[in-house]
Amino acid sequence: MLDTLKDYKIAGAKTGIIFDIKHFAIHDGGGIRSTVFLKGCPMKCRWCHNPESQAKEPENFPGKVSIGERVSVEHVLAEIEKDTVFYDESGGGVTFSGGEPLLQPGFLSALLLECREREIHTIVDTCGYAVPQIFNSIIDKVDLFFYDMKLMDKEKHIEYTGVSNDRVNENLKTLSEKEKAVVIRFPVIPGITDSEKNLNDIADFLSPLKGIDEIHLLPYHDTAAAKYKKFKKENLMVGVKPPPAERIEEIEKRFTGSGLKVKIGG
Amino acid sequence: MNDRIKKLREQSINAVNRISSERARLITEFYKSPAVRGVSIPVQRALAFKYLLENKEICINDGELIVGERGPAPKATSTYPEVCIHTVKDLEILNSREKVSFAVDEETKQLYEDTLIPFWQGKSMRERIFAQLPEEWKQAYEAGIFTEFQEQRAPGHTVLGDKIYSRGFLDFKKEIAASIRALDFYEDPEALDKREELKAMDIAADALIIYAQRHARKLNELAEKEKDPRRKQELEKMAGICDRVPARAPRTFHEALQYYWFVHIGVISEVNPWDSFNPGRLDQHLFPFYKGTAFPAHEGSATPPSKGDKKNSPEEKISSLNKLPGNISEEGPGSISKEEARELLQAFWIKFNNHPAPPKTGVTAKESNTYTDFTLINIGGVKADGSDAANELSYLILDVIEEMRLVQPGSMVQISKKNPDRLLKRALKIIKTGFGQPSLFNSDAIIQELTYQGKNLEDARRGGASGCVETGAFGVESYILSGYFNLAKILEITLHNGVDPRQGKRIGLETGAAEDFAGFGDLMAAYKKQLHHFIDIKIKGNNIIARLYAKHMPVPFLSLLIDDCIEKGRDYNDGGARYDTTYIQGVGLGSLTDSLTALKYHVYDKKNITMEKMKAVLAADFSGYEDLRDELLERTPKYGRDDDYADEIAAQAFNLFYNAVTGRPCSRGGVHRINLLPTTCHVYFGSVIGALPDGRKARLPLSEGISPVQGSDCKGPTAVLKSAAKIDHLKTGGTLLNQKFTPRLLADETGLTKLLHLVRSYFKLDGHHIQFNIVDAATLRKAQRNPEQYRSLIVRVAGYSDYFVDLGVDLQNEIIARTEHNEF
Repeated sequence: MLDTLKDYKIAGAKTGIIFDIKHFAIHDGGGIRSTVFLKGCPMKCRWCHNPESQAKEPENFPGKVSIGERVSVEHVLAEIEKDTVFYDESGGGVTFSGGEPLLQPGFLSALLLECREREIHTIVDTCGYAVPQIFNSIIDKVDLFFYDMKLMDKEKHIEYTGVSNDRVNENLKTLSEKEKAVVIRFPVIPGITDSEKNLNDIADFLSPLKGIDEIHLLPYHDTAAAKYKKFKKENLMVGVKPPPAERIEEIEKRFTGSGLKVKIGG
Repeated sequence: MNDRIKKLREQSINAVNRISSERARLITEFYKSPAVRGVSIPVQRALAFKYLLENKEICINDGELIVGERGPAPKATSTYPEVCIHTVKDLEILNSREKVSFAVDEETKQLYEDTLIPFWQGKSMRERIFAQLPEEWKQAYEAGIFTEFQEQRAPGHTVLGDKIYSRGFLDFKKEIAASIRALDFYEDPEALDKREELKAMDIAADALIIYAQRHARKLNELAEKEKDPRRKQELEKMAGICDRVPARAPRTFHEALQYYWFVHIGVISEVNPWDSFNPGRLDQHLFPFYKGTAFPAHEGSATPPSKGDKKNSPEEKISSLNKLPGNISEEGPGSISKEEARELLQAFWIKFNNHPAPPKTGVTAKESNTYTDFTLINIGGVKADGSDAANELSYLILDVIEEMRLVQPGSMVQISKKNPDRLLKRALKIIKTGFGQPSLFNSDAIIQELTYQGKNLEDARRGGASGCVETGAFGVESYILSGYFNLAKILEITLHNGVDPRQGKRIGLETGAAEDFAGFGDLMAAYKKQLHHFIDIKIKGNNIIARLYAKHMPVPFLSLLIDDCIEKGRDYNDGGARYDTTYIQGVGLGSLTDSLTALKYHVYDKKNITMEKMKAVLAADFSGYEDLRDELLERTPKYGRDDDYADEIAAQAFNLFYNAVTGRPCSRGGVHRINLLPTTCHVYFGSVIGALPDGRKARLPLSEGISPVQGSDCKGPTAVLKSAAKIDHLKTGGTLLNQKFTPRLLADETGLTKLLHLVRSYFKLDGHHIQFNIVDAATLRKAQRNPEQYRSLIVRVAGYSDYFVDLGVDLQNEIIARTEHNEF
């Protein structure tokens, strides 16, 4: 568990560990984007659809599959810059996702600065779980945050993600105070995150936060089942079906009722 | 779609493709008659055309609004014995072959055997051509280095401009007469040839007027018998229209469409030009008629054809027809309702679908194995003054395309930076329904291509693309595709020091044993020599063939439609058009690039395999070298991944081809240029090549157009577009890029919008054309297994769409193998 500042490597990060760069990412924010997937995550969400991304270091899986690779900032930038024409045309850019990008703050920070210099729009897709000092150190380098809200009940948050939500909530407040552009991403996991209480708690939590008024519902899908099999990880979601469209509509209405702008999907 | 259109559409789709001997019989009758004696070849051609249109059966199908069939019925397809005389065996093959067959009845076979073959044998263009071509040409042709478009079909490939929408054929006859008067027999040594050509054009103009009048008469007869008062009125109105056009300028939407259609039938009856014919910028031409602002200023000024000295002159017949009552169109000037326009356009669409490409055999069938005859309706783009040309009618035509869902006519949207996103989005909404239409073209690139070729800016802006993707200045250019060129085969021959390994025959230059090349530079130098060698042979052939057509197969009818043939007194096939271009179409750029890249990477850079070993591996078709093949496929840079290592080689290969061809004179007066498209030729060309260093096994299809090798573009669509944009599209006369997306990607508005941005980005990079197959491989596999259940499944092949079940299995497999881009 990453609880202290020293667990993060910040200084002089010229390299980092990523496990993929996807071009033509069209559901990770506005326009045509490239998404850089940074490896390692402080949470272990039960419904995680990138289970191979959780460990910080590169991993080898059966069948000569290796996930994760240490690469330089220059390498990532070169890949990102290949698609500049598409970002320009579509109002797109780069999305840093993971894993949890803030787990490699030095690397992330360097990439963000380089993107800013090149006028490339950036999104950081984060679970919000980071030491506040670390979190604060990158805030001003990001154009837009995709910020996950999962469960407001602390105990349940620990149960289903492995960590408490204190930092998640605290960091989100900071973003609001600093008037940063934020979109909330809410995974709709049947039987876990979609209780009326949780929906109400999230709406109540968000309502006093200034400037945070957009929420994306990410309905659970079971496409990760194949990955759990492939990477020989225990799939705790067996039998859980994607939420029906009517349920998503209800949730959409619930949040719309609280004055939030709701979008389904990324 | 109303019941009438539904019925006509069904009839068209279900009509059996068959050979009609009507044209061949009439043309032969004419050439056997005394009329042919003592007149020049252009006049002979024109009189033959006139004889055909005076005597062919007039077909008016039940419920039709636009009339005129090339044969006696829909899909009853003419043959052209003066261009290519089929043998009885050819007819049997056409009748029985599994794909793209044409039913041939016994009577037709008998007529061929008894009359047509004995008369035409030795006289057809095909035989003239093969008699004149040098041995080296034939060897290269047999080896599959290139194909020849003009060996079974006449040159054509052109598109009509706007002249018929403001002038009638009587006006053209006046222009012809003026051009004859202006001939100077003292100063111009070609004056006689010009007079003969102009006389021929005049006869050809009469012929089409007569043909239309015959329709008017037949329509009146039908009207008299018709019980249903509504249809009766309709038939009378149609008779009036056929009485007016093409003789005089059209005044209404209906007249304009009928006029074009008669012209279309004329062009595809005169000879069998490649790419049939094409109205081009249909939304531009018809818009004034749609809005009712097209009433010609000079209405009534055209006088009837002067009473000439010609026998069989059409005037008497015309004047008698003119007396028929009640056949003046009642619409008069004024607009037309959207629904009426829609129905007429739909009726017009069906006429194209009634006309399959004339039958092709042998290599010609392999290179273009489809019923499609490549009319490509252009929508959108810019006006001659450079402003946004999209109008209400553009959107109505797009509705028609979506609703008709026919493989013919093909359709495309020109997208300029000046066109609104709405236009592109509307097109994408049709594309996402998955039948590969309309295709998308970059207007701004087309205009630059045309001006780079020397066309004036207005002519360039009035142009577009035809056939699959070919750039042209509409109404003023003769741009002829001469044949596909097998870029990958040249590499195979280079690696074998000039020998074609399939035939074991030396047909190329001795450029040295590949094993002795010191580096990649040596390999490229040898490739360049072989390329120039074979391009020289192809160009020599082209210039021979073009002269043979100029001398023996002039096309006075087509000539009177394309400027400046009348003014110059020269035939379309002999430099009469304002601009002349002959294209050679490169095939297999992706396969060539990946093969060169693999050699550079493994043999010269990494040195992990010797050339000797590579050649042994290729000779064994990778059998026993599966690991090495895996290395070549999986761990080697490839074109289509935005990897400069491979893409620089693509650009080099492109430049070599460009430099070998561009600017070489063509015998009609213009120059040779390149474009990059395959139709179905990448399958044929693949079938003559052994294993290639990119890991492709022997005889499999090559990559198509400028698309990456099937399955190698694993970095997503943006990488493909970036790679494809690294060649200089503006120096070509068209490039063809196909991409396959899963239907899921376009399921929502977000996907659609992002695809729109993808297209705009590619066009910003000067990409010429892009088209999408929105279908998943699973569906295609199912269709392969149960064709009877998928008879209506239409897919994008290369520059055209076709019924999946009509494709050969090798082509079906090739389409399935293309990378399916998904969302991420």
